[in-house]
Amino acid sequence: MPMQTARPTASLNPITRADFGPDEARHLLWHAGFGGDPFDISTAIDLGPEDAVDRLLDVPGANGVDTSKFRGDIVREWTDAEEEQLRRARQRRNENTLARFREMRQEMQRNDRRQFAELQAWWLEVLATTAHPLQEKMTLFWHGHFATSYRGVENSYHLLLQNQLFREHAVGKFDTLLYGIVRDPAILAYLNNNRSNKREPNENLARELMELFSLGVGNYTERDIKEGARALTGYTFEGNQFVFRDEWHDDNTKNILGVRGPINGDDFVTAILRQPACARFLALKLYRFFVADVSDDPKQIPDNVTLVIGHMASALRRDRYDVKPVLRELFLSEHFYDPANMAGRIKSPVELIAGATRSLDLPVGFHIAMVRMLDAMGQELFRPPSVAGWDGGRSWINTSTIYARQNALALMLAGGRRNPQQRQQFAAGYDPRTVIPNGMTMSGDEFATAMLRHALGPIGDASNPIGAARLESLQEFLETIGPNFGREAAVGVIALITAMPEYQLC
Amino acid sequence: MSCDCHDTPFTRRLFLQRGVTLASSAATIPLFLQRSAFAMTNWDMALSFQPGVPEERILVVVQLAGGNDGLNTVVPYSLSQYYDARRSIAIPEREALALGSTGLGFHPKLAGLKSLYDEGLVSVVQGVGYPNPNRSHFKSMDIWHTADTAGTGRGWLGRYFDNECSGSPQPDIGVAVGSEAPLAMQGKQVRPVSFDNPDAFTWRAAEAHERLSDAYDDIVETPVPAGVSPDSSAAFLMRTALDARVTSDQVRRAVESRSSVNYPRTELANQLRMVAAMIRGGMATRVYYVTLSGFDTHAGQGAANGRHANQLAQVGDAMRAFVSDLKATGDDARTMTMIFSEFGRRVSQNASGGTDHGAAAPAFLIGPMVHPGVLGNHPSLTDLDQGDLKYGIDFRSLYTTVLDRWMGADARAVLGRRYSILKVIR
Repeated sequence: MPMQTARPTASLNPITRADFGPDEARHLLWHAGFGGDPFDISTAIDLGPEDAVDRLLDVPGANGVDTSKFRGDIVREWTDAEEEQLRRARQRRNENTLARFREMRQEMQRNDRRQFAELQAWWLEVLATTAHPLQEKMTLFWHGHFATSYRGVENSYHLLLQNQLFREHAVGKFDTLLYGIVRDPAILAYLNNNRSNKREPNENLARELMELFSLGVGNYTERDIKEGARALTGYTFEGNQFVFRDEWHDDNTKNILGVRGPINGDDFVTAILRQPACARFLALKLYRFFVADVSDDPKQIPDNVTLVIGHMASALRRDRYDVKPVLRELFLSEHFYDPANMAGRIKSPVELIAGATRSLDLPVGFHIAMVRMLDAMGQELFRPPSVAGWDGGRSWINTSTIYARQNALALMLAGGRRNPQQRQQFAAGYDPRTVIPNGMTMSGDEFATAMLRHALGPIGDASNPIGAARLESLQEFLETIGPNFGREAAVGVIALITAMPEYQLC
Repeated sequence: MSCDCHDTPFTRRLFLQRGVTLASSAATIPLFLQRSAFAMTNWDMALSFQPGVPEERILVVVQLAGGNDGLNTVVPYSLSQYYDARRSIAIPEREALALGSTGLGFHPKLAGLKSLYDEGLVSVVQGVGYPNPNRSHFKSMDIWHTADTAGTGRGWLGRYFDNECSGSPQPDIGVAVGSEAPLAMQGKQVRPVSFDNPDAFTWRAAEAHERLSDAYDDIVETPVPAGVSPDSSAAFLMRTALDARVTSDQVRRAVESRSSVNYPRTELANQLRMVAAMIRGGMATRVYYVTLSGFDTHAGQGAANGRHANQLAQVGDAMRAFVSDLKATGDDARTMTMIFSEFGRRVSQNASGGTDHGAAAPAFLIGPMVHPGVLGNHPSLTDLDQGDLKYGIDFRSLYTTVLDRWMGADARAVLGRRYSILKVIR
């Protein structure tokens, strides 16, 4: 039973209710969200494919999450009076005043780093516990797409504002987001546009706007970048607000992507959105995020998949960049549920953590330890490695990150706490047998079989070569335990399952 | 389909129990395990055969990620155009650490590298780049990593590994320190081992109970089951987990050993400290790879002090400690370090006191076997390609030289073409 060599059907016809069984429901929950426990899976089956998908797509605005604990005034610019004071102190070399200002700045930065750590833990908890998993999954998608790191922004509140922008338009319109992003303080700071002026325009935002956010390499010229940078001059912010500085803006004629005129930043975005490459670029990224780890080079993608992506791109253009109908069609399609697409993706670290929490009913104990684990796995929230975001697929996996993944899950099973006493309290409370229906009355063998099937999906079935080999290893482990199968042995079984190489797949 | 030695059943415990007698059971044991068993016994002999001629030559690659500003690294202080283009970020002539009478000087914070230069251990290769420079970080980095101007395909070091160990991948031939495994080291059959923190380079739950530990080994050492395609992600994950398990003990033991040298407390120094420990520990690794990011200085890069200066100080000081560590154990002669970045930066500074993505830039080779000094002409500051320096030396010439003259490999087979050899290695 070779995997991934079979060609998936290119059919986007909707899957029938009769074909929507436990494997399909599980697949939907993992791919369009962060997995589910057996109860979530049976609920989805009862709803049937249409209602299950619509329930995922029905999301509230950004105000569905509580952000009230975050403060927007920790990092601030100096007031006019303070600037004047500072200027005079510099002039007169008044070291005491200068030192006082330096300390004030450092104090702000320290406080902000504290808030940033809270922000990271907060979002991870939202991801793992949300009632709207697709909304958070798309927020994560946009975070990876418009990748912005705290390093280079150093303002946690700006990152929260950006996160809320993504959440608000999670399954909304891409064009709205693209106009929004050139006015987003976090990205303006991250890509150095906040000081870009007509005398010396900074090219960073103009380049990444086309290369990474919309068109992809090869669909624009170096000249488009240089002129695009001029179009974006004067796009900056003050405090937490976007401002357009007329006196910095270059309003001379420009030539960008075949459009000629006194183009400003918004016109530049409009010119980008008119390019056919834009919808194709977005469709491929959505496909790789939601369906399977195909190459990001269109030439290396199998024909059937190219057809599906081409269809998604046309749909995006037809619906004027509205993402929701495209996702709905995809999540209902026969292509999405093709066996070749089951277990065809490597989970991102966030999917791994949030998914384990939801599918194994782990009590949530998120704090710094889990955020650190995400870093070790290569996906620290709000700190992508670069503006290109995370490559995904096999690039997640190397000898370092595979241990980090196995260890993160082991740590979670131990309660995600470093303090041994807390760990003991947790360990005494969590019984994985409660995850599986009738698990409490099962023998070790029955539990291992059922948990393997739940945790690995179809490849964990005893009829699959992988499932069969893994079950044998678990049985050997259970033999060493002896006849008394209890809670601790069940924790052992689950620790081993989460350490299996194929647990990384969904 | 693809050669996959991990398909052959074996267990690590079996290997450890039987030790060197493994060679007799060749039919069931992957070649790399036999080889490392051999390497352990023959190590001393291999080195003592020809005193003074290092047999097991090692390459250490230091990647400066983000695009290092070459002009402020090796400063052309004798050129007035340099000062015209960089009003607030130029390095004043009096502060540059002059490299003899070349008219060039290291950035003042590169004192560590300068002391190595003065010892005759550094070769500065000027104006390294490639035709039609790509100013995207990602594309340009891919181009450097693949040695292909389209930036596609496998890594150049990965292809070298594939060639070296045809048919018998040895998982520890390439080791990357850090949580990312660089594209440069990804071959068809061979992928690098990477680790970030040695304490976490093992399955921690195994500490809880011996039974768990045994069961874990059993799972990870189970061969890829028949019927699972070797190209599938499942098989890929199984192979990676096995590579991790097989190298974990070795790496952790090596890195635990103490060095006699004090390293600065910086990220790069810590990485190089671990590399030196692995070299000292006699690992069979031929290529080590470390990365320092933070060179993308679009804004506020500073001049003799500031952001870029701090980055360079980290490089120079870490290299100085690394070289003296290698010297202390006599491993310096068989180790060469190459420092590169994906591109240099624009000649003129921008409005934010920084520099935008550029093109050609200097690279460095460090070790007792290099031809010390400055190689190549400094690129012109007036004859520019869209505001950027034109390259004089193709980076694939540098690779060819390293492969051919240092690693003793068939550079043409690895790179697919012959490039001229530079006079940088003795």
